[in-house]
Amino acid sequence: MNKTMLPPSGGPRADFALIAGWVTPGARVLDLGCGDGSLLAYLRDARGADGYGVDISDADILACTQKGISAIQMNLEEGLSIFGDDSFDYVILSQTLQTVMHVEGLLQEILRVGKQGIVTFPNFSYWHRRWQIMMGHMPVSEDLPYQWFNTPNIHLCTIKDFDAFCGSRSIRVLERAVLTGGRPVALLPNLLGSLAVYRLSRLA
Amino acid sequence: MAAMHPSNSVGIVVPQTARFEEPLTLRSGAVLAGFELVYETYGSLNADRSNAVLICHALSGTHHVAGFHSEQDKKPGWWDNMVGPGKPIDTDKYFVIGVNNLGGCHGSTGPSSPNPRTGKPYGADFPVVTVEDWVLTQSLLADRLGIERFAAVVGGSLGGMQALHWTLAFPERVRHALVIASAPGLTAQNIAFNDVARQAILTDPDFHGGNYYEHGVVPRRGLRLARMLGHITYLSDDVMGSKFGRMLRTEDFGFGYGVEFEIESYLRYQGDKFAESFDANTYLLMTKALDYFDPTHRHKCSLAEALKPATADFLVVSFTTDWRFSPERSREIVQALLDNRRKVSYAEVTSSHGHDAFLMVDEYYHGVVRAYMDNIAVGGQA
Repeated sequence: MNKTMLPPSGGPRADFALIAGWVTPGARVLDLGCGDGSLLAYLRDARGADGYGVDISDADILACTQKGISAIQMNLEEGLSIFGDDSFDYVILSQTLQTVMHVEGLLQEILRVGKQGIVTFPNFSYWHRRWQIMMGHMPVSEDLPYQWFNTPNIHLCTIKDFDAFCGSRSIRVLERAVLTGGRPVALLPNLLGSLAVYRLSRLA
Repeated sequence: MAAMHPSNSVGIVVPQTARFEEPLTLRSGAVLAGFELVYETYGSLNADRSNAVLICHALSGTHHVAGFHSEQDKKPGWWDNMVGPGKPIDTDKYFVIGVNNLGGCHGSTGPSSPNPRTGKPYGADFPVVTVEDWVLTQSLLADRLGIERFAAVVGGSLGGMQALHWTLAFPERVRHALVIASAPGLTAQNIAFNDVARQAILTDPDFHGGNYYEHGVVPRRGLRLARMLGHITYLSDDVMGSKFGRMLRTEDFGFGYGVEFEIESYLRYQGDKFAESFDANTYLLMTKALDYFDPTHRHKCSLAEALKPATADFLVVSFTTDWRFSPERSREIVQALLDNRRKVSYAEVTSSHGHDAFLMVDEYYHGVVRAYMDNIAVGGQA
């Protein structure tokens, strides 16, 4: 069965440490779909990052404010026009890509606003999900905990899909890491990896 | 504290007056020989004077932000739900100052105050004042109170404009600015509403060119109309619809011009009440200050450039159904601050109450203000 992907709430998520390793100390970071600000708080504490969050939910903006994290309440789907070109060192989209309506437009915006983008998503071709489909069901797991009828995830993809997408959209993949249960996966990542973490930039 | 006043109230407060004898040159170039500001304070200033918060009032606000004026007083200050012990702006932590702006009609020097030159009320001779003038005079009051730097300057609507201007005029004196239901400048539509309001007053036969005091009358009809118009714009269509709808006070249509619809009754009541207690010249002056406010005006620059001097951290709040100071206008402020790499948080509060929402209790709105204020570090208590 699928190992625990998401530690109990309170502990940092599997991809936090990896992302923190990529972020240079003191960097300006924008986290899109920042939730309660956990990642930004982690990056602040671990890397001295100057972080901003964006989210639409009242509870999340409140939680960020309580943590002393600057957060902007807005709908990502309406674009990032409030943020200037190259105004952040990193723009992060952590496990939110699959819920976004206009993926292509948002990725372009991420790479306009950020010198680099960091995008993470659940790899839909992870073996366990393939297995669930073979058994005749939509995949349900700790990192994709929804049923087909209540899922907010409308744009799920695989690592191969995302690589192809970047290749065809002038997006340079600077670095890619694949994790399962918080541990890096080197062998057959599209089959054995449950979470993909990308560092991206515009093609110079 | 009187038993009748709630325990989370600042209790009974006594307004104080600060007199400034030095001549004051206003933005317009006019000079006031001297002036007085009426203010109230809540909580106590700590030893290193790092916990002072200034509350800037809006069009019809006063220095009376919180608490009561007597044991019998039933009506607390205008932002009593926000300011008090244990409230979002916590007077157990902060030393909070409310001040009646120059040109007001609640004790600070204004058009209804005696002109020292003539001994009669200033009336039309009282100069037009601006947000810049208010911030300058507030800074003189801060000097008087020994406050070098505010932990926060807070304001809603026209008060938010003052909070924003504080960060530009005195960046080193403001650590945090809370700009609520405000705008970086009025839109044409907004100025238009203000002008209709002013025309109502200016064309009232009892206005007498602003010198109605000596005629023993007040331009009540004009002020009443101005307030009725203003009131419509402070509410949302939604809330007016749900509160009043098409409800009639009468059994059926009366086919006349008396009060028939509930909304008519409400507006007339609000207009009458306001016309009894507010000075028409002050109303003119406040609306003009609103119209003039525009940080980009002097240097003919972008808002981002205009906000460059600011060094404070910001909390910007807007309300979804506020069409007089819409969320779009608050987002302009946020964008300009982001362009300047200022620390800024922005909450867009879902509310049905229109512009007035900033004065009301809302769990999320108050929660965000509380969380923001809780995170401001201040020194030890006195």
